[in-house]
Amino acid sequence: MMKIAKYALLDILRNRFVLFYTFFLLLVSLSMFSLDSDSSKATLSLLNIILMVVPLVSIIFTTIHFFNSYEFIELMLSQPINRKAIFASEFIAVSAALCTSYLVGIGIPVLLLNNSAESMVLILSGLMLTLVFVALGFAASISTRDKAKGIGVALLFWFYFSLIYDGLLLYIIYSFSDYPLEKITLMLVSLNPVDLARIVILLKLDISALMGYTGAFYKNFFGSSLGILYSLGVLGLWVIIPFLISIKVFLKKDI
Amino acid sequence: MIRLFLLLTILHFSTLLFGKTWVVSKDGANPSIKTTILKAQPGDTLLIKSGYFKEGNIIVNKSLVLIGQGLPVIDGENKYENFTLTAPFVTLQGLKIINTGISDVNDISAITGESVKNLRIIDNIIEDAFFGIHLKGSTNSLISGNKLKARNQRDAQSGNGIHLWKCDSIRIINNTVEGHRDGIYFEFVTHSVIQGNVSHHNLRYGLHFMFSHNDEYRNNTFKDNGAGVAVMFSKKVKMFNNLFMENWGSSAYGLLLKEISDCIIENNRFYKNTVGIYLEGVNRGTFANNQFRENGWAVKLQASSIENVFEKNNFVGNTFDLSTNGSLTANRLDANYWDKYDGYDMGHDGIGDIPFHPVSVYSMIVEKMPTAVMLWRSFLVFMLDRAEKLVPVIIPENLRDDHPQMKAYDISS
Amino acid sequence: MILVHELTKNFGKLNVLQKISTRLEGGISYALVGPNGSGKTTLIKCILGMVIQDDGYILVNDEPILGKWEYRENIGYMPQIGRYPDNMKIGQLLDMILDIRPAQVTTDDDLINEFGLRKIADKRMHTLSGGTRQKVSAALAFLFDPAILILDEPTAGLDPIAVEIIKEKILSGKKKEKVFIISSHILSDLDELSTHLLCLEDGKLLCDNSIENLKEQTGEEKLGKAIASMMKQNQTEFAL
Repeated sequence: MMKIAKYALLDILRNRFVLFYTFFLLLVSLSMFSLDSDSSKATLSLLNIILMVVPLVSIIFTTIHFFNSYEFIELMLSQPINRKAIFASEFIAVSAALCTSYLVGIGIPVLLLNNSAESMVLILSGLMLTLVFVALGFAASISTRDKAKGIGVALLFWFYFSLIYDGLLLYIIYSFSDYPLEKITLMLVSLNPVDLARIVILLKLDISALMGYTGAFYKNFFGSSLGILYSLGVLGLWVIIPFLISIKVFLKKDI
Repeated sequence: MIRLFLLLTILHFSTLLFGKTWVVSKDGANPSIKTTILKAQPGDTLLIKSGYFKEGNIIVNKSLVLIGQGLPVIDGENKYENFTLTAPFVTLQGLKIINTGISDVNDISAITGESVKNLRIIDNIIEDAFFGIHLKGSTNSLISGNKLKARNQRDAQSGNGIHLWKCDSIRIINNTVEGHRDGIYFEFVTHSVIQGNVSHHNLRYGLHFMFSHNDEYRNNTFKDNGAGVAVMFSKKVKMFNNLFMENWGSSAYGLLLKEISDCIIENNRFYKNTVGIYLEGVNRGTFANNQFRENGWAVKLQASSIENVFEKNNFVGNTFDLSTNGSLTANRLDANYWDKYDGYDMGHDGIGDIPFHPVSVYSMIVEKMPTAVMLWRSFLVFMLDRAEKLVPVIIPENLRDDHPQMKAYDISS
Repeated sequence: MILVHELTKNFGKLNVLQKISTRLEGGISYALVGPNGSGKTTLIKCILGMVIQDDGYILVNDEPILGKWEYRENIGYMPQIGRYPDNMKIGQLLDMILDIRPAQVTTDDDLINEFGLRKIADKRMHTLSGGTRQKVSAALAFLFDPAILILDEPTAGLDPIAVEIIKEKILSGKKKEKVFIISSHILSDLDELSTHLLCLEDGKLLCDNSIENLKEQTGEEKLGKAIASMMKQNQTEFAL
């Protein structure tokens, strides 16, 4: 399996996009730190990149890569190789490429320029988001037959988790503003990996915002080590569940 | 003020010069403070040597100077008020006063001064008192350099650190208060000064003003108190050069202003508070040259406040610079520095070319639905605020700064 | 070697394969013919496990293949249109395939040598002509000396020399008791290479007969004419 992943990874690296992405992230994080003398504020500015750009690039790149490597998958399928292994290899290859880009582009600069517990949470959350959106990208590709549709579904996923979901959440909060909603919103937040990552990072970075009337509740929950474990666990589920669904569909898919 | 101080100093020296000095020492001729007070004449001095004194309630009913040498300990055995001062011109200095009794009926204190004037309470250490220093109906007194520390966890078992009721012309200088209910409490206190004190980790307010007019507090630090600092129902209070920091919690304020008028708040720093300043029913206040940094809300302006002026302040790194619960905003913002301002200065005069609206749509949403705070920094909120900038519909149009500064003011402590 | 039993596959409403049953034996070369869209490629992909059937089953060496992959060690497949990762070079492609199948020791690189693929090992796949691609596909199919060879349009687009090389390879393989499944529209080639005819039409197996028998029955000497005559006969049967 590792051999196939190796060849899939080589294929990704031959395409310059990953290199470009790495440099883009590197440029962004370095310019954030040089523009802002306050390193924790720069780290906070990076939050937007991590919440918007990283998921978008991850899911679109995964989808395009899947359809571009259709030939490769076809070739592998005619060989005596397990379908599961082929799928898992592709997943590993894409994840490895994007995670490496992320670590080089954001992880290393942040650790060098602002080495703190907040930075670790930021890096870890971004890494998890990368994996989540790679998994969602595979789910989007597997469930469609051509590239254009695949990218459409992928964009929809991204749009849903970045914007639509929060809109719905706001609507719910508005409609039920007379009721105590803390626990319900806590649960609803878990259902969106982007929100979950955002809140975990914010509670480490920009605590004052969430220390308001209801903030203390979130702080108590997410601020505890149990809360961090819970968040990472839920983000993990957001990787595993789409992955398992995709692999199940892939096993039955006609190539 | 300086003249008053000189006068007091002269008085002090005169008692030293002309009075008799008694040495109170555990192994000397006068082992008891109480009996020595009985023997002493007004104007005398008691030098209390290092030792452990358990004498119940010590009443000082003559104008005496009590000076501790080597920090003698006065233990109230968790039953008694340590010192009750009933005569004017009493000085208590260099004592360690501990274990004051706790009562639900009386405000038992480490030191109580009742209807007296010209007291001097200096450089004492007060630990585990119910109330620390308690003056009622007193005037012209000095409370300086004392260190008060209580360890009570619950509100009901804790009294205030420095508690003043119906006093006038009191100076509270360079004290440290910690772990009490309110660090410093003023009720019906006038013409007094609170300066250079540090009030931190108190259960309720670091400083609590009620019905106290024409007072001034400056250069104090209020840090991590349960609810910050509250100034209520008062007039003409001056607040200069204070530091309000890390007052965090669901109802914690750097500075809570309620029903006050004609106050001046200048050169203060508000750092990392849930709410920097909360204004309710505040009229004709002047807020200038203050630094608001990394607060959840820098200023929360309730619509009941009118004719306040905010000018030349710095707003940096706050989640919300300004929020309000209504559209009635007869207040003025001018020439402040807002780090969220993204306009240009084509004329190079240091003033942004377009006005700045510090109230964001999102802050108004959060005002109505606190739970929405969890959407902070989401893409949705970003889009909402952008949309509002293009097509303003919700934000009160007159709450704006017409001269937003391009550079932050240099506000040093 | 291969047993196909009531194999059924639908793509949506389209019935691509309808209860196909047949049995393929070693040493025989099967010609798989039929009009476009008759289900030839789908049948092949079912045997390869790339398309999952809706009903019926396939046994290879008496083992059901559904969900299995090991049996493909015995199969060499040359697709109709060989599609390969664009950015790979020929050499890299060959090395990769050799690398991921280390369990198989015996390799047969005759075709690689005869087509001279190592000489153009540095060419990237997307720069190759259709014919060169076919050569690569053929070389890969024979590479591990498999007992079953499935060749989808093996001679289409190849130059005459290459066609002869492949034909030689098939004929010599037949002697080694291999199974060949050759799908083609060039009936003259099939006449030369195969001994048995599988004819598909609209997802049904129209004919499963040895070519010798067929020629005898129809009285034709060429495979093409034999098939045409058989189909005509068939239509008359339908009419009756």
